[in-house]
Amino acid sequence: MNGVHDMGGMHGMGPIALEANEPVFHERWEARVYALNRAMGILGKWNIDAGRHSRERIPPADYLRMSYYEKWLAGLVMLLEETGVVSRAELDSGRAAPGSAKGRPPLTADKVAAVVAARGAFDRPVNEPPRFTIGQSVRARKINPTGHTRLPRYARGAVGVVDRIHGAHIFPDSNAHFHGERPQHLYSVRFAARELWGAEAAARDWVYIDLWESYLDPA
Amino acid sequence: MEHDHQELPSDPALRVMALESLLVEKGLVDPAALDALIDAYERKIGPRNGARVVARAWVDIEYKKRLLADATTAIAELGYEGGQGAHMVVVENTPDRHNLVVCTLCSCYPWPVLGLPPVWYKSAPYRSRAVIDPRGVLREFGLEIPEGVEIRVWDSTSEMRYVVLPERPLGTEHMSEEELSALVTRDAMIGTAKATLPGGVP
Repeated sequence: MNGVHDMGGMHGMGPIALEANEPVFHERWEARVYALNRAMGILGKWNIDAGRHSRERIPPADYLRMSYYEKWLAGLVMLLEETGVVSRAELDSGRAAPGSAKGRPPLTADKVAAVVAARGAFDRPVNEPPRFTIGQSVRARKINPTGHTRLPRYARGAVGVVDRIHGAHIFPDSNAHFHGERPQHLYSVRFAARELWGAEAAARDWVYIDLWESYLDPA
Repeated sequence: MEHDHQELPSDPALRVMALESLLVEKGLVDPAALDALIDAYERKIGPRNGARVVARAWVDIEYKKRLLADATTAIAELGYEGGQGAHMVVVENTPDRHNLVVCTLCSCYPWPVLGLPPVWYKSAPYRSRAVIDPRGVLREFGLEIPEGVEIRVWDSTSEMRYVVLPERPLGTEHMSEEELSALVTRDAMIGTAKATLPGGVP
C-alpha cells in the first residue's frame, strides 16, 4: 500500500535526533509492548509480514505522531482483535468475557532462551530456477498494490542490476494477507543513485534493494 | 459519544498494563516470560556481539572470508543467532567504499548482533533520507565522506539483515582481538560512524 510508512526519499521529516548512551527501552511499558508482541506472535495466529502490515494500516497522521512502541501496541491490538484472540468488548472492558475459555501461554519463562536463539528461516525450496542472473539489468515494476508490499515507491519504474541472488524467500505480499507463503526468488538489486533521484545525486552512490522476482522485469 | 463501558486509558503505559492484565486473565501471557525476554535484550543481546564478530574478522583473514561469503554461518560460529538474524549479509568498507544500512519501510535490524535498534534508526528522518541523501545523513553523524568514495546504501526490504564491516583503524596492529572489539561501535556496524581509536581519527 502507498502508505506513509514507505518513507524512502521523503523530505521534511527534520533532523535526526541522536541520543548518547541510549537505553534499550526508555519506559517500562515499551519493554512490555515489545515482549507482548514477541509472546503473542508465538501463538501462530499471524506472521511477521502480517505484523508489519498491521502497523502500516495505522492511519497516516497517527503513524507519524505515534512513538515506535505506540505503533507496536496499536498493531498488536489490531491483530489480536482481527484474529479473534480477544474481542472488542474485552479490549474495551479490560476483562475476559465471562465464561470464556482459558488459554495456555504460548511463551513461558523456561522457553525464552530457546525462543531468543531460534533464528527461523524465510527461504523455501522452489522448483523453478531464478529468472534473472547476476549482472542482468532489471526494471522494478510500476505497481501500486493496496495491500502489503516490500517494493518501495522510490524504486518503482527504475532500472538496476542484479547484484546477488538470495534464494527463494516467502513472498510478503501474499503472506501478510494469509494467502500462503508463495515463495519467490529474491534478488539484491543495485540502483545508481542518479537513476533513482536524478542528476543531482552523487555519481558514485548506489542503493541496494532486496526485491522479489515478481517485482521485476528484464530491462 | 456515549459509552456504556469503561474506556481503556489513553496513556500508553496504562493501556499496555490493561492489555497485559487482560491477556494474563485469558491465560495467554506468562508475565515471567516477558520479564525474561526483556532481560535478554537489555543485558545479553547487543552491539558487543557484533563488535566481537568484527574484531575476529580483523585478526583472522580466513574468518573474514567466511564472514563475507556466508555471514549467517560465520556469525553463528561465535554463537550469535536468533530472531531477525536468520539471513545475514556482511558488507565491507574499504578506502574507496562506504556502506550504510537502513530500513525505509519499517525497522528491520540484525538483532542477534546489534540488539534492538536505537530510536533514530526507526525514525522518519533517518528512514526518509538515508536513501536519497546518505552524505547529508552521515554529515549529521559527524562523518564526511569524500566525493571520490562510493556510498552503498542497503535498504532492508526483505528478511536479509545487513551489517557493515568497518575498516580496522590504523595504529591498532599491537592490539588484541578483545581490545579491538572495544573500538567497534553500534554505529560503525550500521555505517553511520567509523571504527576509531579513542579520541583518534579513523
